Amino acid sequence: MKFKYFFSLLLLAGLTSCSTDSEEVIPDNELEGLVKIQTIQNHTHKLELYSANGDLQEGYNKIVFNLQTLDGREMISDAEIQWNPMMHMESMAHSAPKSEINKRTENLYEGYIIFTMAENEIEYWSIDFDYTIDGEVFSLEAPITVLPTERQKVTSFMGLDDKRYVLTLVEPTDPEVATNEVTIGLFQMANMMEYPVMDGYRILIDPRMPGMGNHSSPNNVHLTRFASDDFYHGKLNLTMSGYWRINLILHNEHGEVVKGEPVDEINESSSLYVELEF
Amino acid sequence: MKKILFTVVLFFLGIATTTAQEKEQVTTDSVSLKEIILIGKKQDVSGKEPKPLATLDEYLEKSSKVDMIKRGAYAWEPMINGMTTERSVITIDGMRIFSACTDKMDPVTSYVEISNLSEASISSGQMGAENGATIGGGIDLKRQKEGFTNRRWNGGLSAGGESNGGVKIAGFDLSYGNDSFYFNSDFMYRDAENYFAGGNEEVRYSQFTKYNYSGIAGFKISNHQAVEGSVILDRAIDVGYPALPMDVSLAQAAIVSLMYEHHQPVDFIEHWETKLYFNSIEHQMDDSERTNVPVRMDMPGWSDTYGYYSKAKTTLGNHGIKVNINGFYNKSLAEMTMYPNDPSEKEMFMFTWPNVRTLYSGIFLEDHISINEKYSLQLSGSLGSQMNEIHDPSGLQSLRIFYPEMEKSKARLLPGFNSRFQTDFRNWNFSAGVGYGERAPSVSEGYGFYLFNSFDGFDYIGNPNLAKEKSIELNAGAGMKRKEWKAEINGSYFHIMDYIIGKPDFTLSPMTIGANGIKVYEQLPYATIFHGDFSVSYKLLNNLNWNGKVIYNRGRSHNKEILPLVQPLSYFSSLEFRSGLFSMETSIDGAVEKTEFSREFGESGAPSYTVVNISASKVMYVHQQKLILKLGAENLFDAFYYTFSDWNNIPRKGRNLFINLKYFIQ
Repeated sequence: MKFKYFFSLLLLAGLTSCSTDSEEVIPDNELEGLVKIQTIQNHTHKLELYSANGDLQEGYNKIVFNLQTLDGREMISDAEIQWNPMMHMESMAHSAPKSEINKRTENLYEGYIIFTMAENEIEYWSIDFDYTIDGEVFSLEAPITVLPTERQKVTSFMGLDDKRYVLTLVEPTDPEVATNEVTIGLFQMANMMEYPVMDGYRILIDPRMPGMGNHSSPNNVHLTRFASDDFYHGKLNLTMSGYWRINLILHNEHGEVVKGEPVDEINESSSLYVELEF
Repeated sequence: MKKILFTVVLFFLGIATTTAQEKEQVTTDSVSLKEIILIGKKQDVSGKEPKPLATLDEYLEKSSKVDMIKRGAYAWEPMINGMTTERSVITIDGMRIFSACTDKMDPVTSYVEISNLSEASISSGQMGAENGATIGGGIDLKRQKEGFTNRRWNGGLSAGGESNGGVKIAGFDLSYGNDSFYFNSDFMYRDAENYFAGGNEEVRYSQFTKYNYSGIAGFKISNHQAVEGSVILDRAIDVGYPALPMDVSLAQAAIVSLMYEHHQPVDFIEHWETKLYFNSIEHQMDDSERTNVPVRMDMPGWSDTYGYYSKAKTTLGNHGIKVNINGFYNKSLAEMTMYPNDPSEKEMFMFTWPNVRTLYSGIFLEDHISINEKYSLQLSGSLGSQMNEIHDPSGLQSLRIFYPEMEKSKARLLPGFNSRFQTDFRNWNFSAGVGYGERAPSVSEGYGFYLFNSFDGFDYIGNPNLAKEKSIELNAGAGMKRKEWKAEINGSYFHIMDYIIGKPDFTLSPMTIGANGIKVYEQLPYATIFHGDFSVSYKLLNNLNWNGKVIYNRGRSHNKEILPLVQPLSYFSSLEFRSGLFSMETSIDGAVEKTEFSREFGESGAPSYTVVNISASKVMYVHQQKLILKLGAENLFDAFYYTFSDWNNIPRKGRNLFINLKYFIQ
């Protein structure tokens, strides 16, 4: 499956670029641990998108890219860049939560996007970049492939306060039978284009194994927002490998429930949850 | 540590040298606190045993110090003085072996056969500390060996059958001995179907099949030196545990050792022997034979032990001195894989014993002082150092979910001390003793992860922060011997501080489907255990003998709550008739109702019972070869009963007719 996507992307890249790719100008060590997703180009520049596995998928995605002249001879490392993902649905289009773009290394930029859904046969994602070099404004745009995840990592919902939210699991990406650091992103959908980070909320966590009597684990730490980044942090204890449903209850700054219900003998699952399987 | 050891050594040497002037033979027979149960050839020769091809478990059960916890027809767990295997040391010829099952389905005694053994030596309390730190006592199973006897070739065939459960037993043994070489080799096979409780009620999942091979060989390398190698291979398959939710598809052990012994290596040492040993156990627990399980699971376990001991004994004047230095390294690993009913979900996996390594080194010293003909004093001291380490990083991480601060390893020093005074006059003897011992928590108590106990229905979580358990022990005994009769009474009292027991923590969520909750190992300030037994035998007529025995145990926590698995008043009585080559025995065996029980542990008491057994035996000679034939009936009146130690109150066997045949080839 992945291969097929990868292949078609390569093909796409090959067709759209005029195959003037010259020798790699980025030192290899900057790209260590990154796999190229695709190249986007306009008449003057090209931009190479990277991620840890070469895919984009539903939920939180850390994206790394570089910007270079179309002939690939010069890296542009000091552009001011804005980006915007767009979901093109049948009757409307909307964006998704995203970060600012920051410089990662000498030649690389980075940021994250939370894709709220995967693409399907009729609905697809695109991404556009607006960048300024020496006062001159350029833009790049291309469709991107966003794959579905097997388990739910992101959820969009209407809270009891009648506001729309997007909640996504950021960490753990590689869960272990251990105490895992858990990171969740919480955004409000202010309109179709703006998704501000929500501050002052609290996310209560109750991991359960539906396949094993829906048992829980001890000593989990509920999530609160850290000022150092955009996310909510807590501790998630997984006592065995397998499928875990991480039941959540979202409290606002007044301690009022915005979404989710406690799990007990009658209620097996909260309506707000993310999933892990390992 | 070294300093302490040195001081202890000096202390004992001091005693030895200062009082070495009196010359007297030291008797090391302790009448009351050591019990020897003859197994294998030794009892064959006497022909006394009513059921010679009984399982080792059945043999051990006869001891007044030992009770057996039964989870099925196979692999019973021995308790000494009412204490389970965490509190005792069970060895085979001094070798430490550790079970591989997290649910205690494979006590050490399940990996040997009666054909391998000559006797079981049961020591109460600190008298059993020679082979390791203990609280309840020790059982040392002694291997059967020919020795440098000059008996040349000997062999034997045994066969047995039992009506209840269709038990089939077949065995074969061969031995050779001359003055510089010997070997023994034996094979035993047992197979059983489900047994039936009284009233013809089938006890499902009580079947088992077992194969056991053992070999031992010794060479003299000089007049005073010999080496001996031995091996036991044991394999049990398709073992059912009716009291538990899971069975065992395979339990196997390889137990090997190499020993060097030297008589009189130097003038002041009578005998010195050193052994290196290794054993490896694999235990496959699963529920593949069970219907209607909420989730299929496999719970295999492995335990490998490498060890040694070096012991010397000597007599210096009126001192009988024994020194034993020993050590072992054990790896215990157990895991659980659960297969979700939803096929789209991945298998669930956890370590239930997170690859725990235990390194133990200990020294034991004993001095048996004959003060004069009437009085003797036995002193012993031991010191062990035990180090536990969680070897597997993921296992450590998983336990840190419960104990974020826990260290990877933990070291403990385990001292022990015992003194016993004995006096003999005429037909009477009295003894009294005081002892102190400590033990480290077992792997399950320290590091177990969601171990389900089907008795109380709780998942147990180990606690790496447990303190050592410490026991002060008092014991006393009196015996008398007359021409026609013999009587003995013994009592042992244990005051156990920091008593380790699982206590419910209702804030935690149990893992096992349908479990009542989670218990975490904690420590009571103290608990007390009393064990008392009285036995009498009377020669009614020249060839008619009566034996009687009464056993009483009591166990209480610091706040007077009843401890689990405490035996109620139990009794045994037998009448033996013997005339030439024919003998007959009838016995009754029973207990009063168990009215005091631990609800917290899931106990519900046990009704009183009395069971009647009868057996007869005839020794025959066929072409000058000896043949022993034993016939008998156990639970003659087909009583339906269970005892305090039957896990989840599974009923015992109903009426069982048996035949045992033993043919000696010379």
